[in-house]
This record gives sequence, structure tokens and C-alpha cells, in this order.
Amino acid sequence: MVKVTFVSSDGTRREVEIAEGETAREAALFNGVPGIDGDCGGACACATCHVHVDPTWIDIVGRLKEGEAEAELLQFAEGASEYSRLACQIPMESAMEGLVLHVPAQQY
Amino acid sequence: MSIDTIELDTAEKIAAIPIDEIDVSRPSLFQQDTIGLFFDRLRKEEPVHYCRESHVGPFWSITKFDDIMAVDTNHKVFSSEAKLGGIAIQDMHSVEGALELEMFIAMDPPKHDQQRKAVTPAVAPSNLLLLEPTIRERACQILDDLPIGEEFDWVDKVSIELTTMTLATLFDFPWEERRKLTRWSDVTTAAPETGIVASYEARREELIECAMYFKGLWDQRVNEPPRNDLISIMAHSPATKDMPFLEFLGNLLLLIVGGNDTTRNSISGGVLALNQNPTEYRKLNDDPSLIASMVPEIIRWQTPLTHMRRTALQDWEIGGKQIKKGDKVVMWFLSGNRDETVIDQADRFIIDRKNPRHHLSFGYGIHRCMGNRLAELQLRIIWEEIHKRFAKVEVTGEPERLYSTLVRGITKLPVRLHAR
Repeated sequence: MVKVTFVSSDGTRREVEIAEGETAREAALFNGVPGIDGDCGGACACATCHVHVDPTWIDIVGRLKEGEAEAELLQFAEGASEYSRLACQIPMESAMEGLVLHVPAQQY
Repeated sequence: MSIDTIELDTAEKIAAIPIDEIDVSRPSLFQQDTIGLFFDRLRKEEPVHYCRESHVGPFWSITKFDDIMAVDTNHKVFSSEAKLGGIAIQDMHSVEGALELEMFIAMDPPKHDQQRKAVTPAVAPSNLLLLEPTIRERACQILDDLPIGEEFDWVDKVSIELTTMTLATLFDFPWEERRKLTRWSDVTTAAPETGIVASYEARREELIECAMYFKGLWDQRVNEPPRNDLISIMAHSPATKDMPFLEFLGNLLLLIVGGNDTTRNSISGGVLALNQNPTEYRKLNDDPSLIASMVPEIIRWQTPLTHMRRTALQDWEIGGKQIKKGDKVVMWFLSGNRDETVIDQADRFIIDRKNPRHHLSFGYGIHRCMGNRLAELQLRIIWEEIHKRFAKVEVTGEPERLYSTLVRGITKLPVRLHAR
């Protein structure tokens, strides 16, 4: 299991656990973390599981790659930044133990 | 006619049509609401189906959820470009005398991306939050003016009125003239055979009138400080302020059309679905917190746009079928939304469904509906306010449906209100 913390826009922190190989989207959904929907079912097709990776973690998680589907979708999301990722595109691995993800204010 | 009441011989006739001869482009099938039986057959027998001859020419039908998702997210192979035919089963730009409007829904990257990014802030969640109180106040007014115990047309008095006033709010459009927006939306999507316009020339004239009206609003907003309405946002944003006028008009009309028919028909469709499913109506009355999951379920159930179309830019295989470069490919959201292999009990309207937002009505990928949360917001507000006031919105007669292959519309819905 890997521990991941979701921080909501009001500062509330929720630490949850998820099996390796599942994505950060599942970590949120299985544990009822508000603000992460993932309407498309985790297919990188709707941008409703947008998170900001904590800057201290961005190099381990990896940044958006220009021209790929994930970046193409996120360019239309409100408040997208250089730390933006889709939670469904972050498969959890042991190197991410303690990962911190911020949920944007206005995603619902 | 609803699926439950289709005559047995109609069902038998549909079952007897050779699969090759099925043509789901005929608007009458949608008006009679027998189209579901055709899609049931295609999903079972030939989920990727080629129709050789139809009034819109040859086309592929994609009818299963996952295949639709695969096409919709592959914009590098499946183009939305207007010049190739655009986004509907009926080709754009194929009609003499029709005004050619440029809209980003019918563009590919990179131009699509620039224009969409420019318009997105108007319907961003944070802007919607600012609009919610006004939308609710106006919704309450509409509902408070309705007669109790008397029959009236829900479509005209509520569905059209509510979506029109939301659009007027979004554009900060002169309030007394707001029905112009409804008219222009109808005219934009109209072909002469619908009866909405007499000819393509008549349509052109009305759209020019619309253009002049918006030019006036633009000139006014561009000289005022920026505000939250869409016209002001477009008049001040670097990405849109120098847009050629026909492009500005096209994108404006796209937002009007996008927010008009679709939400209107979901508001009507929800009333109808609850009446056809009394157990669900009881659940709602017992627990109004179910509105949250009922709203996306209504949008799935209604599927206000039956399809979007793409044009293949190269040969591509889907579901074992070989699609050729240049072929017309139609993603039938209405069919994918009834796909049992992805949606549990897909042929039932269930207001407390798990994962209710996992449906195709908004499309997926870069062209996914940008007003999706605004649509849900309007539906949520109207149902919250209906619940406070009325024990039941009773459907008292047969609904009338729109003659259209694209817009799954309800044109008349007689109802009677029961006070709470």
C-alpha cells in the first residue's frame, strides 16, 4: 500500500492508502475524497480529476508532456498550472509513499 | 410514442429488416421514438455498422460505449473540421445559400484550442458560482407564476423560459428581448424541412439580423470595463478581441445553441422520465438529496444530442471494421448510453445510480461539452425549487417529439401541477 495525502482548497488534509498500481484517482474515489470525479472512468478523457502535484513531488510524479492527451485536456481546465496532472494518469508506486496532491478549488 | 408503448407489429417489422438496410439517419425514427429498437439491434448484431445509402450519404455508425470513447478521444484520426463536413451527420457547407459560420466545435487543433481556451472562463466553475443566485432567483419566479391544477405546456412555460433566461444572464442580454436568443438558436440549427425557417435565404437574413444585434452589444461592452458576461469576456480577451466578425458570431451562436436545446430538452425529459417511472418519483419525493445523482441520470436518459460526427483522416480499424480515409463516422451517444456492457441496467431510469456521470451525453476528449457543469447547475436548481413547491408535475397527455436526427427534442409536454 502507498500513502497519499489530498489537500482541499480550504486546507483540509486527508491521508488515504491505495494499492500499488492503482491510480491517484482511485485513491480519491475509493476513499470519498471530495472534488475528484473522473466522469470518464479514468480514461484521460474528461479532466474532472485535475490535481496540482505538490511542487516537492513534481519531479517524482513527472510533468505534463506537451502534445499528449493529458496536456491537451488540461489546457482547458480552470486554474491549470505547471504542477497540473490528471489523477487518473498517476499510477501509484512505492517511490510515491507520502505523495501530496492539491485539489483545485472549483472542481466539482 | 415511448418504447414501452410501441405496437408489437412495429417491433416485429424492425426486427425483420436486414441489418445492411438499417438506416438510422431518418429523422422520423427519432420523432416516433422507435430509434432505440434500431440501436438495440446494431449493438447486438453489428456494433460498428456501415450504411451505404441514406439521405445524408454513406456513413458509419459507432454504437457501443467503448468504441465511441475511442473515436471521441482520437481527434488526430477523427476530425471535426467543418470543411470536411463538420460534426453532424448532415454535412456542413453543403447547402447553397447557407451562411457559413465558423465555430471551434467544428475545428481541429491548434485553432480549436486557442478559441476554446478564450471562451472557457465564462462557464468555468468559479464564474458559475457568481451566476448561481441570479439563476435561482429567476427560476423561482418562473415556478411561482405557474398555475396549480390547470393543464399547460411545460416545454413553453418552463423548459424554454428557464434556459432562455440562463442564456440571457450569461450574456447579460437585454432582458425583455431574451426570446430572440431562443429564436436565433432554433434558426442556427434549422433546415427548411423543419418548418422553422422558410428557406436557407430566410435563415441567412435572420442570422445577419442576429449578427447586427450582437455587434451592437459588442461595441457597447468593448468600451466598458471588463465584466463577467460572455460578450464582455470575449470583447476584452486577447485571444478573442480581434476575432473576425463571422468567427465571433459563430462562437457566440455555438454557445447559444450549446446551452439552449440541450438543457431545454433535459428539463422536459426529466419530467417525462419521472412520470414513466413512478417508483423513482417516489424515491425523489422521499429524499430530495437524490437530486445530485438524478441530474446526471436525466442527462444520460435524455441524451439531448443523439450523436456527434467525425471524418476519418486516415484508414483506421474499429471493432474489426476497416474505416477508410474520408469516411463519415457517427458516434451515437444515444446508443452508447444504453450499452449494457458498460452501464448496469442501462435501459432503466434510476435516480440513485452509482457513477451517474459515467455517460456519453457530453462527449469526451478535447471537444467535451464545456457547459456541462452549467447544464447540471440549471437542472439541480430547477429540481430543488420544484421539490419545494410541487408534490408532483403530472404529465397529462402524450409528448410531442422533434423531427430531427441530431437534437433529441420534446416540443410539447402537457402537465398539471399538484401543490405540496
